[in-house]
Amino acid sequence: MNILDPQGPIAAANKTILVDSVAIMLAIVVPTIIAIFAFAYYFRATNTRAFYLPNFAHSGRLELVVWSIPALTIILLGGVAWIGSHELDPRVPVAGTGSPVRIQVVSLDWKWLFIYPDQRVATVNALTVPVGAPLEFELTSSSVMNVFFIPQLGSMIYTMNGMVTHLNLRADQAGDLQGLSAHFSGDGFPDMLFDVHVVSPLDFPKWVEATAKSDSVLNADAYKKLSQQSIETGRPTYRLDDPRLFNDIATLRIPPGPGPQLTDNVAKSKSESGAANVR
Amino acid sequence: MLGKLTWAAIPFDQPIPLIAGAVVLVGILAVLAWIVIAGYLPSLWREWITSVDHKRIGVMYTLLAMVMLLRGFSDAIMMRIQQAIAFHSQGYLPPEHYNQIFSAHGTIMIFFVAMPFVIGLMNLVVPLQLGVRDVAFPTLNSVGFWLTATGALLVNVSLVVGEFARTGWLPYPPLSELTYSPGVGVDYYLWSLEISGVGTLVAGINLVTTVLKLRTKGLTYLRMPIFCWTTLASNLLIITAFPILTATLAMLILDRYFGFHFFTNEAGGNVMMFMNLIWAWGHPEVYILVLPAFGIYSEVVATFSGKPLFGYRSMVIATMAICIISFMVWLHHFFTMGAGPNVNAIFGIASMIIAVPTGVKIYNWLFTMYGGRVRFATPMLWSIGFMVTFIIGGLTGVLVAVPPADFLLHNSLFLVAHFHNVIIGGVLFGAFAGYAYWFPKAFGFRLVEGWGKAAFWCWLFGFYLSFMPLYAVGILGMTRRMQHYDVAEWRPWLLVAGFGAVVVLAGIVCQIMQLVVSIRDREELRDLTGDPWDGRSLEWSTASPPPVFNFAVLPDVEGEDAYWTIKSRAREQGLLRGEPDYRDIEMPRNSATGFVCAFFATVMGFALIWHIWWMVIVGGVGAFATFVAFAWRDHDEYVIPAAEVARMDRANREARLTALKLAGSSS
Repeated sequence: MNILDPQGPIAAANKTILVDSVAIMLAIVVPTIIAIFAFAYYFRATNTRAFYLPNFAHSGRLELVVWSIPALTIILLGGVAWIGSHELDPRVPVAGTGSPVRIQVVSLDWKWLFIYPDQRVATVNALTVPVGAPLEFELTSSSVMNVFFIPQLGSMIYTMNGMVTHLNLRADQAGDLQGLSAHFSGDGFPDMLFDVHVVSPLDFPKWVEATAKSDSVLNADAYKKLSQQSIETGRPTYRLDDPRLFNDIATLRIPPGPGPQLTDNVAKSKSESGAANVR
Repeated sequence: MLGKLTWAAIPFDQPIPLIAGAVVLVGILAVLAWIVIAGYLPSLWREWITSVDHKRIGVMYTLLAMVMLLRGFSDAIMMRIQQAIAFHSQGYLPPEHYNQIFSAHGTIMIFFVAMPFVIGLMNLVVPLQLGVRDVAFPTLNSVGFWLTATGALLVNVSLVVGEFARTGWLPYPPLSELTYSPGVGVDYYLWSLEISGVGTLVAGINLVTTVLKLRTKGLTYLRMPIFCWTTLASNLLIITAFPILTATLAMLILDRYFGFHFFTNEAGGNVMMFMNLIWAWGHPEVYILVLPAFGIYSEVVATFSGKPLFGYRSMVIATMAICIISFMVWLHHFFTMGAGPNVNAIFGIASMIIAVPTGVKIYNWLFTMYGGRVRFATPMLWSIGFMVTFIIGGLTGVLVAVPPADFLLHNSLFLVAHFHNVIIGGVLFGAFAGYAYWFPKAFGFRLVEGWGKAAFWCWLFGFYLSFMPLYAVGILGMTRRMQHYDVAEWRPWLLVAGFGAVVVLAGIVCQIMQLVVSIRDREELRDLTGDPWDGRSLEWSTASPPPVFNFAVLPDVEGEDAYWTIKSRAREQGLLRGEPDYRDIEMPRNSATGFVCAFFATVMGFALIWHIWWMVIVGGVGAFATFVAFAWRDHDEYVIPAAEVARMDRANREARLTALKLAGSSS
């Protein structure tokens, strides 16, 4: 999950900006740190050879320098921030080969639901995408906030109930990556890891075909069951019944999920209803 | 009768909080018993609890901060141990416990360590630097302190009665809403901060009024020590920002208690509004903490370099610029919420602009050392350690202010490392520098240097060992608040960070030893002159500890570095200015208002948390009646006769003259 080892253009661009910004700042930070040590050491009280300027408290020229150095650095970095924010706006589509893949992401307690509305399939905690194709994510949450983040593909984004956020990514290398939630969402939060399988453009339709044969069907009822809190260790796949499911979730036509419950509450409700879905 | 409170609220099945709570309780009872048995209770009540003397209140704030630092640090080391061992396992802390610990750690460290520490030092020092006898509203000052103590007490009560929030130190809805957090944890958080927030607001109003209205003769704005300027800026921020916090938390309270829908998922609530509001307070809060620390460094670096501060006017402009810009940057706390490129870019650039005045400050301290005679006493070590550490924190701060970089780093341990880098390296080092620097002023004897230096080095290396690995593990994609993890490459870094926490612990032990040894050897460490560091501002012109009225005669200021000017003249002439004309001094009487008010506020807060409505009424009416009674007081001042003032001042003048002659003969 090393962000310095990007596997797509967005992550690579994020990383370039990160590294460049650090380099720009190091150019003034390193000399400043050296000067602090040098001044403190040279002007130590025991150094009798050092000159003493007991009234030196002002110098117009020095103050000009003192204000200019950070100001110039920030003007430079401000430019980087302005251009970078616009070029890497998560809403801006990414160029790529092949037709874009639309993926609708719902953060559940405590797992990720990935809906492929055009392919009519859905998966939990496993995201399969073709190499090189633009990936268009629409994201929402069933209850509390989470952040969708695949470190090696770049740019994370919040998921919020009743709202849709947008993210555009692309993966350039076939292989397996990992994603996770970057915003605390209750007891099962550390288990919100998911697999990202980047497959060749030829394998992707095959994967879709295989997944579409799944026995399980994802519809509003199945979704309601799924939105109960649990920690998912398997990687279930579904046939998608209604491609408008995501819209129904995001517009609250399907009400918010029960959300994360405290473990002791769950224990209580377990004894009442016998329904246990916590590991 | 007792609302939601039952025996089930006490976690008999969880040994860790129960034992921790029992240890604290036994400790408190032992101290109380010792106070009563040794007969200290009346003097404790008279001299401290009911005191409205700004110096005493300042000391109590600082003491509260240091005690709470121990609690906050226990949380920290428990988290570090958990993450060191919870690889492919659940560790020793179950999620519901771990989640309370990181929430409590952040809440305590910001609200009950950093805040009382800086407010305590401002309280102690600012009236002395301004050359006045007390703050503008002495009794209100006491109320502010005791309400802060109420908040701290309620947070600690949650350890054994009920639970604390499991939502993080800022309770983001909808997780913190009743639907998803039905327990009392979030309520403990909310009421602690509502009550202590009133205390903080009161302290802010008091200090702003003091700086604006109570300066001694000749102390114009541009002659004030920088610490007074940063106090002014910080407290202006308190006055403007804390009401936002109080209102935001009040909205969450309305949601939780009365079924409102400010921040719920349903019925038009908007969670993004909470994030905007909480950070509209939260970002100024960062500068509320760090500006006073900047002031402390300015005093310390000038004193221990034997020179006036370089670029005084730049420093003033930089301080006030930070004060204003800090209100325009809050959105950088959620660049990844999808606000759009213009919004992100503008807030990113605004955040970076703050780095300009901050950078100027660093250079000004640097050039203060230039041509100086730098003495490496403990306060100066903290200051140099700060300058280097804070630059690194500033670098990573500007980095996360670049939105596309933040898209990779937000909510990661990199971010956690960044804000600890600026809060430990900036605020806490400053507080420790101020503690070592002004301790002799407050108590009349210095702290031992040996243990102090050992504490500094342990803290410095402990800090780097704890947080540099967190930068690395954040680069490796690890997000914050993970109770366990399965990623092998994170492990080594978390083990190093755990070791770093142990080194910090060694630093804290050194600080405790320093205090113990210094109290034991106080006669040898006695500061007879009132000016142990060869200081430059007015607090060093009076005795250590200062008499209750601070100055026998209010000083007359003729330039920057007020006391340095007076001292230089006295050194040249080898004598002090002629004995002044002593007059009677009127001082405010002690008042139990603050303590009684806070007692009722504690009762009310506890009752609100547990829905014990009759007790809410008792607490509310009690607190209100207390300050109504105070408002009807007949006598609020007492007189110290001129003869008494003269007797106390002559002793100090004599000691000072001897010191001057000694200094004169040795040079």
